[in-house]
Order: sequence, then C-alpha cells, then structure tokens
Amino acid sequence: MIRIVGYAALVVALPVALWGVVTAVLGVRRRRPDLIRSAESAAFVNFWLLTASNLAMVYGLLARDFSISYVARVGSWSTPNFIAAISLWSALEGSILFWGWVLATYTALAVWLYRGRFGDLMPYATATMLGVGAFFYLLLVGPANPFGLVSPAPPDGPGPNPLLQNHILMAVHPPLLYLGYVGMTVPFAFAAGALLSGRLDAEWIRATRRWTVVAWTFLTLAIVAGMWWSYEVLGWGGYWAWDPVENASFMPWLTATAYLHSTMVQERRNMLRTWNLTLIMSTFVLTILGTFLTRSGVITSVHAFTEGTIGIYFLVFIAAVLLFSGVLLAGRADELKSVGTLDSPLSRETVFLFNNLLFSAFTFTVLLGTLFPLVAEALRGVRVSVGAPFFNRMTLPIALALLLLMAYGPLLPWRKGRREDILRRSIVPTVALVVVGAASLLFLTRNLTAVLVFGLCAAVLAATAYEFVVGTRARMRAKGEGALVAFGRLVTGNRRRYGGYLAHVGIALMAVGIAASSTFKVEAEGTVRPGEGVAIGEYMVVLREVWAAEESHRFVVGADLSVERAGREVGKLAPRLNFYRNQSEPITTPAVRSRLDGDLYVNLMAFERDGSSATLRVLLEPLVPWIWIGGFVVAFGSFWAVLPPRRRRLRFDEAGGLLLDESEDDVGPAVRAPAAAAGRGA
Amino acid sequence: MSGQAKSGKGRRRIAVLVGVLMVLGAFGYLLYGGIGDNLVYFLTPTELLARGESAYDAPVRLGGQVVPGTVQWDPDALDLRFRLTDGAEIVEVHSTGAPPQMFRDGIGVVVEGRFTRSGVFESTNLMVKHSNEYRAPHDMEKPEEMYRTLIREGGGQ
Repeated sequence: MIRIVGYAALVVALPVALWGVVTAVLGVRRRRPDLIRSAESAAFVNFWLLTASNLAMVYGLLARDFSISYVARVGSWSTPNFIAAISLWSALEGSILFWGWVLATYTALAVWLYRGRFGDLMPYATATMLGVGAFFYLLLVGPANPFGLVSPAPPDGPGPNPLLQNHILMAVHPPLLYLGYVGMTVPFAFAAGALLSGRLDAEWIRATRRWTVVAWTFLTLAIVAGMWWSYEVLGWGGYWAWDPVENASFMPWLTATAYLHSTMVQERRNMLRTWNLTLIMSTFVLTILGTFLTRSGVITSVHAFTEGTIGIYFLVFIAAVLLFSGVLLAGRADELKSVGTLDSPLSRETVFLFNNLLFSAFTFTVLLGTLFPLVAEALRGVRVSVGAPFFNRMTLPIALALLLLMAYGPLLPWRKGRREDILRRSIVPTVALVVVGAASLLFLTRNLTAVLVFGLCAAVLAATAYEFVVGTRARMRAKGEGALVAFGRLVTGNRRRYGGYLAHVGIALMAVGIAASSTFKVEAEGTVRPGEGVAIGEYMVVLREVWAAEESHRFVVGADLSVERAGREVGKLAPRLNFYRNQSEPITTPAVRSRLDGDLYVNLMAFERDGSSATLRVLLEPLVPWIWIGGFVVAFGSFWAVLPPRRRRLRFDEAGGLLLDESEDDVGPAVRAPAAAAGRGA
Repeated sequence: MSGQAKSGKGRRRIAVLVGVLMVLGAFGYLLYGGIGDNLVYFLTPTELLARGESAYDAPVRLGGQVVPGTVQWDPDALDLRFRLTDGAEIVEVHSTGAPPQMFRDGIGVVVEGRFTRSGVFESTNLMVKHSNEYRAPHDMEKPEEMYRTLIREGGGQ
C-alpha cells in the first residue's frame, strides 16, 4: 500500500514538472501571468509530492516492508530504527529519491521567495529548476525506481552498507552534501533565466550570490564531515586520499569558491560577466558529473557502468546541460562584453583574476586526475589509477599561491591605490610571514612546504586581525564609540565582508592542521600481549584486554587500552572491529584521543582468536582537530555573510573608502553606476 | 588619437593572450608529465610478469589470491611474506606491517607497491579485496562463532 503511495507521487511529479516547464516558458513568451502562476503551483505541488514519496519510503524502511524493492535491498530487522531511517541515502535509488526531495524543496523555496521579481528572469529560472527536477523524477520512475515490487516479500533483508551503519557522521555527511550539491541548481537556474530573458543587469546577481553562499556552506561542511568520517572510520589515519568520490565533491566546491570571489568583481566593476556565468554553469555540471561518477559505478570499472542503465541517462543529461549552457552563453556573447577595465596590476580586481586563474587550474588538475583512469580504460583497455602524489605535487603550488593571495589580496584597494598605502598595509602580514616562517624553519622542520604554509597562514591571520582592528579603530574615531561597540557594529554592519574574512581564517586554520598533521605524523605498529604496550612519542599505549560483544546488528571485537605518559595513566582507548551480518570483512573503528595540540590515534589491526595478543597501529597526528575547527569557522563565517542585511546602514564616502565603503549588500546600481562610468573613462 | 589608443589596447590584448597561452601550455605540460609519472597500473601476476623489463620499479597495484600455505607472518618483526596468484602465474610478495584481520589463505587481495629485481613484490599497502556485493558470511566464518571465546561474561558492553 505504502509502496503504491510513494510510487504514485513520483509518477505524478514527472508530468507536473514538465507541465511547469511548458507553462512557465509559454507564460513569459505570451505574456500570460495565469500560466506563470500555474508553473509556480507546479513547483509547490512537486514539493508536497516528493515529501510524500520520501515519507512513504522512510515509513517503509521503518516498517520493514520488504515488498518495496529498496527496503528489500537495504532493510533488515536487526538494524536499529535510527539507522533504518537514514538508510534512505545508503544506496542508489534511495539517494536519488532524497536528492529529488531536496531539489523539490529548493525549487519551491526559490519560487516562493522570488516569484514576481526580476521580471522575465524568474519564470525561466522556474522552468529550468523544474526541468532539472523532471530529469530526476524520470530516473525515479524508471531506472532508479526505489518502489519496485518484490513478490513474495522476503522475511528479512541484508541491512544497509556497513560503512553507513558504523558512524554517526553518515547521518550528517550525505544530507549536507545533497544540500550543497542540489543547492547549486538554483544559481544555475538564475543564470539560465538571466540569459534566456536577457536580464543581464546586476540585480539578480545578488540573489544568486546569496544562494551560492548557502549551497557552498553546506558543501564545505559536507566535505569536512566527509574528511572527518574517513578519519574516524577507515582506520588509515588520513582524511583525504584524492579518491574519485572525494574529488567529485571537491570540484564543484572549487568552482563555486572561484565564483564567490569573481562575482565581487562583477558587482563592483561590472567586469567578468561571461566568466561568472560560466563558473555558475560549470559548478552545476560538476555536481551532476560528481553524481554520475559516484552513483553509476563507473569508478570501479567502466564496465560496471555499461551494465547499469542509469549512467547513460546521466551522460545524456550532462551533454544536454553543456549544450544548453553553451548555446545560451554564445547567444548573448555581445551583450555580455565587459564594461570595466583593469586600472592597475596592484588592485583587488587583479588579485581576484589570479584567484580565479588558480581555482580554475586547481579544478582542471583534479578533473584530469579523476577522469584519466576512465578514459584510459575506455580507450586503451588498461586499468590504471592516478596516484595521490600526482594530485599533491600539482595542487600544492596552487594551494600555496592561494594562501598568498588570501594574505595580501584583502589589503589591496579596488581600482588603483597609492603605492605607499599598500606598502604600509602590507607590513603586518609580512612581519607575521617572516617571523613565523623563520621560527618554523629554525625550531620545527626543514620541510619547506610546511614552513611556507605556517608562514602564509600566519600572514592570513595577521592580515585579517589587522583588518578587524583598523575597521574598529576607524569607527571609534568617526563615531566616538567604545572599542567593543565599534567592533560589534563593524562586523554586524558589514556582514558580508567580515563573514568572508572569518571564512579565510577558517581556511587558514584548516591549512595549518593539514600541513602539521602530514608533516609531523609519527607512526608505530606492534603486536602486543596484555600488559605490553606500543611506544610512540612520549606515550605508551598498553593493551589491557581483547574482548568481544554481540549487538543486535553486529558483532564487535575490541581492545581495551590504557594510554600512559611517564608511567602514569592519562586516558583509556578502545578501538574496535565491527563485524556486520552482511559482510565478512570487519569495519575498523579506530579510537582517537583528541586534544587541541593533536590526536593520538589507535587502530586495532588484528587479534588472536584466544585474545592472547593484538596488533595495534598507533599514530600521533599534531593539530588534526584544527581541520574540523577550521571547517566550522568557515561555515560560521559564510552563514554570517548571508544573514539578512540590517536595514539601517552607515555609509562613508571616498575618504573612508576602502575600509568602510564595502557594504555591498545594499549597494544598488545607483551607487555602483558612477564607479562603472568612471571605469569606462579611465 | 583614439585609433592610437585602440591599437595600443589591441597590442596589450595580444600580449595578454600570448601570456595566458604560455601559462596554460606550461601548466598542461606539467600536468601531462605529472600524470605519466604517477600512473599506477592495476595488474594481475600474469600481466605483471608479461611486462618484462618495464615491470620493475614502477608503482603497481597487483591483484590476486593468496596461495594457501605460503603465508609466513612474523608478528614480532611485523614481517609478512606470501605468494599471490591469478591462477596462472605466481608472484612472491613481501610487506611490513600487520595484514588486515581478514587476511588468510585463499582470500583475494590487492597489494600496492613495486616489483623489485630480486623477483619479490615489495608491498607498501595491502588491502583485502572489496567487493560491493554484500554477501552474508558462511556459517564457518561467522565472527560470533569464530571469536565466541572472547565474549565477556555478562554480555560485554
């Protein structure tokens, strides 16, 4: 019964979405507001339909209704209810169903928020979002139907993928990823709407930027959660392996980050318009490509892909999106000509240009490394993988250059600044760079990369702190406010700017964590009997007992360890091996003792059947927690940046120019126009 | 006057274009070289041995089955030797570090490393072969049967 409800909702959603596409386009062409309203209703109706379908599936999973094909695949009576519910995204069909719900929600939300605004743009954007939706509903009705009938229904199922069951982060990471991935559909639809309607003015850019920041924030959190999960579960002590699945989530993040920076150039100087649209569209294509890579089985082997049908659908869809985007961009090429020009090599615009160049190179490198094995297998029939050293070696210089831009870029003025001003403002980050770099070289490491990362991150942090201090001081002088009040009003008054700086701080913290943990990682391994220990750094990890326990959905073998320093116990750890019923290979569950200065990481590698000994792998990884902390700081900064702007706003004229005149949120075309005109004149 | 300015602008544009092309070219060249140096081939023992001279000292992922009875594991030195086969050829593998818990005779494994001139494959990473097909363990290999002796009195934690 519930199976029919879930499937029926999908079957209805497909024609509703197509109806919405047609009515939106006809409505705007024929000037028929009633048709446009009908398209808007289609978006709302689909939200309810997809909600119903997803609830039906969750109900089926919880009720263990094994007549539903997806439940028969991932459900099990022995699985705890919470895990049964989140099994919604544990395999292909369910995750596409969930994807469809997120997309329907975003579509309805965007339509509800912006209906009637931006003239002809919005109906076209609505049509685009519903069109993308139609593709996913088509998958759900056809090749990825989660509501297939299994008759007779089996009494029990195998349960979800053990990797999903093993850690709470799997309840968090996939939804965040979908919120990020699918969120990029909205900017894409706005870009398509702008091109279709010819409304290429700046107004819609602001709405698009906000949506991109929101999706980008979710994507950032998803990537960090994914790294954390990998670290907490996979047992190798690392968090990033340049695995195709990781790369798939990273590439749209790179292009979206590039866009968030270059859109400022467009808003300020009316330049890079074609480029910005290209970045939005590339980001969307990369999210679909990522889904194709991770969901079609193409990664394990090109042959696995040809066996499933869903891969073909994705390839056709990607080709269609590329064609659609290319035709739209080419069609408006004349109207998209840049208006402004670069005035000085030492300007914010130039830094953003370099920033975009670097992010593009970064994306291209990752894309090449990810797709190369597929192409090699398809063309030459050899199975190869591109080793992590390729990615590390190629992207490291790019990452260092980006850190450098992060430190000095915010100091440079728009257009053209006085040389002595720029030099004066560069003192603080340069001193930080030199002092911290030299100190790292003298006292810490001969590893030049690590030295550079530490120095550059110190420069970023110092430059950012300097910006906050100077801004606060300027307010104190201009308004006679106290230091705290001035600081508070500064950061709440220009959320976008200071949120962005906070995101920079977070990235710098992550970079420090990554550099420190990969440079100073210490590793030890040993097979020990109870009472014996593995020594690492100043610690001794002593085995107390090997034990086992039976749980409803798994069988656990664990090792009780005590962590000793200078002969005194300072903590206890219990790494485990979890044996799930549907897989003979155990899932490792390392135990981590986390402190702000670093982690002690222990993985149970193997054990004797009688408990007489266990093999432990122990790692000391300095500053790892700062990667997660940095991730949260980035997310906090960017959420801060998109909080609704305050109505009351102070403006300063050119005299306070650079520091205080960047309240972009409310700077409408009226304010920008003279600047653009001046740009033309220069 | 304006024509002059225009041609100056045009020249600058060409200079920028040439610069961008040169940077792109250099970058492409670096990428091409980088990827060639870091390709890890996925081979079977037969394919590895068929490569002759080029088999040596290149990063390889070697997949096959552990030949029963050939596993020598020294837990104190963390030293592991075994033979790997694809049914046709056999390659001797050496690795340091503990193998995964499921490592045993006859199981499918993938070793990452280099084939040395001494005829031994030096492995830096040993993985028990993942299959995406979930398969319930046979009765004989059910962990609750295999490790029952370890279960704590009172049901553990």
